Amino acid sequence: MINRECGVYQTTYEGDMALYPLPLARYSTLAVVVVLALLPLVLDSHMMSLANLMLLASIGAIGLNILVGYTGQVSLGHGAFMMVGSYTAALVTVRLGLPFWLGLPAGGAVAALVGAFFGIPSLRIKGLYLAIATLAGQFIIEWVINHSPWISGGVQSTIYVPTPTFLGWNINNEYRRYFMVLPVAIVAYVAAMNLVRSRVGRAFIAVRDRDVAAEIIGVDIFHYKLLAFAVSSFYAGMAGALWTYYLKIANYEHFTLATSVSYLAMIIIGGLGSVLGSVFGAVFITLLPIVLVYVVEGGAALFGFKYAAIADFLANLRLIIFGGLIILFLAIEPEGLFRMWGNVKRYFRLWPYSY
Amino acid sequence: MAFFFDLFVNGLMIGSMYALVALGFVLIYKATSVVNFAQGELVMFGGYIAAALLVLYKLPLAVALPVLLGSMIALGFIVERGVLRPMVGQNVISVVMVTVGLAQVFQGAAALLWGAQTKNIPLPIPLEPYVIWEIYLSPVNIAAAVVSGVFMVTFVWFFRKSRMGIAMRATANDQQAAMAVGINVRMVFALSWAIAGLAAALGGVLWGNLIGVDTQLALVGLKVFPAVILGGLDSVPGALVGGLIIGAVESVAAGYVDPYVGGGTKDFLPYVLMILALMVRPYGFFGREIIERV
Repeated sequence: MINRECGVYQTTYEGDMALYPLPLARYSTLAVVVVLALLPLVLDSHMMSLANLMLLASIGAIGLNILVGYTGQVSLGHGAFMMVGSYTAALVTVRLGLPFWLGLPAGGAVAALVGAFFGIPSLRIKGLYLAIATLAGQFIIEWVINHSPWISGGVQSTIYVPTPTFLGWNINNEYRRYFMVLPVAIVAYVAAMNLVRSRVGRAFIAVRDRDVAAEIIGVDIFHYKLLAFAVSSFYAGMAGALWTYYLKIANYEHFTLATSVSYLAMIIIGGLGSVLGSVFGAVFITLLPIVLVYVVEGGAALFGFKYAAIADFLANLRLIIFGGLIILFLAIEPEGLFRMWGNVKRYFRLWPYSY
Repeated sequence: MAFFFDLFVNGLMIGSMYALVALGFVLIYKATSVVNFAQGELVMFGGYIAAALLVLYKLPLAVALPVLLGSMIALGFIVERGVLRPMVGQNVISVVMVTVGLAQVFQGAAALLWGAQTKNIPLPIPLEPYVIWEIYLSPVNIAAAVVSGVFMVTFVWFFRKSRMGIAMRATANDQQAAMAVGINVRMVFALSWAIAGLAAALGGVLWGNLIGVDTQLALVGLKVFPAVILGGLDSVPGALVGGLIIGAVESVAAGYVDPYVGGGTKDFLPYVLMILALMVRPYGFFGREIIERV
């Protein structure tokens, strides 16, 4: 990390424009990818399912962060856009017999259309009013999907999807599903990293920072706001479609308002306006309830309680701790995990000789 | 036609209960610029306390009501002091997230303390409906409308005439100017939460009486959003008008449309109405229009 300190030595445009200009960053990123690829060798099936959940959540969170963190348009309808992607994927798979790698972009594309449509109010309204308008989007989409048997498949709005296959390879256990989800997550991550530093990403940031000023320097606000909604919903749709193939079922109950809120929690806790932060937040929010179960159950066992006898008590206690941690966390570090990560890096940059 | 008026009038009464909840919401937003996503949970908590006092501890209503109101006012104070004050000056969305966290804590705490199963709040109100010009008026709805109306009138008087109310309006208008003329802005913040707690307590009793007390009661809070958006996020009369409109519209729509689509219009139409209203009047009927100048 010491070699980061002095000067910029780029001699070519390619070098200057690289995603990770420093060799150290390149190597550490490569190392992370290798570790991710080798993870199935050491983890058991249960751990793999956790990893899958985290990756799925990361994709959705990155999408929401592009909209909320980079473009500054608060959305409470992310869950509904995931729902659109999920049902689209289920329908094209069941009705048209498309494989999952075509169902994913199909889900993303339809979700992007719907997302752009519900982004139209953002032209006139902003801030909290927009947040509540997207809340309306959440309820309207949920209601429409629930009340059209053609989309939701009638009984209990549930569509079962056959096990996805890739080149004759049945994706039927957690290890194989990991290799279905991981490439999508990596592509989503790299695409987002590149998007936010491109012309489009700079336009997003200009809209976020001061939309009037952005308009004056020639950013077409309407175009970029709708684009942000579309891109974000594309991510949401992909994530929703992956959920469908992952669980082999499309059901609206996975994508309610609570889902939208928890994705918002991910990006706020992870750090607004940071792709890596979205991943941190997704990991945090996915792991928190699971770790809480272990901690609370362990604590209960320590005092000699039987789990079954106090299951309700623990479920409610978990809710309290979950909410309390979110409050506590935001009070301590409102800029999220990404900021903490940066603080740690900064500390160790000068580590032995910091003053 | 009688069917229409029946739906309309009863809808208005339900709407007055929405308005009650919306008032607490608007008050907090107006004074402290916090969008309180825990308003529904506050109502639920009020309902739980009421149910616990009346059913579990079997207190008479005359004793239970002051205890309930007092404890909800105290809860408002505590929430403002303990949770929202550290967030002053943070960006809006983090503050919103804190209220979402707060909502979770309320949900868990209520179920933890008093159990998740549905409870009734027994109120000494007759069940037989009054019939006036072929319109069936249920006494529960009338009582709810009266309580909401009395609270609203009292509140508007307080807000317009009393010294503290004027201080609250001044703070809502311009915080720094209010500080400069010696208004205790912290006190105003705390008071807003306390009054919101009070409104939530009454709302909790009325709604709890109507639909039963369990954690689902918090969903009332979501219905408040269309109401406040219609009226304008920062307008007290707007909360009243918005609540009444939403109540009437959902009642009439449920009566006429539900048979064709198989239910659920109530949960859907208010939001459509809200989107349309936003397209025409982005700041609601009475909301303060933010004019951006370069």
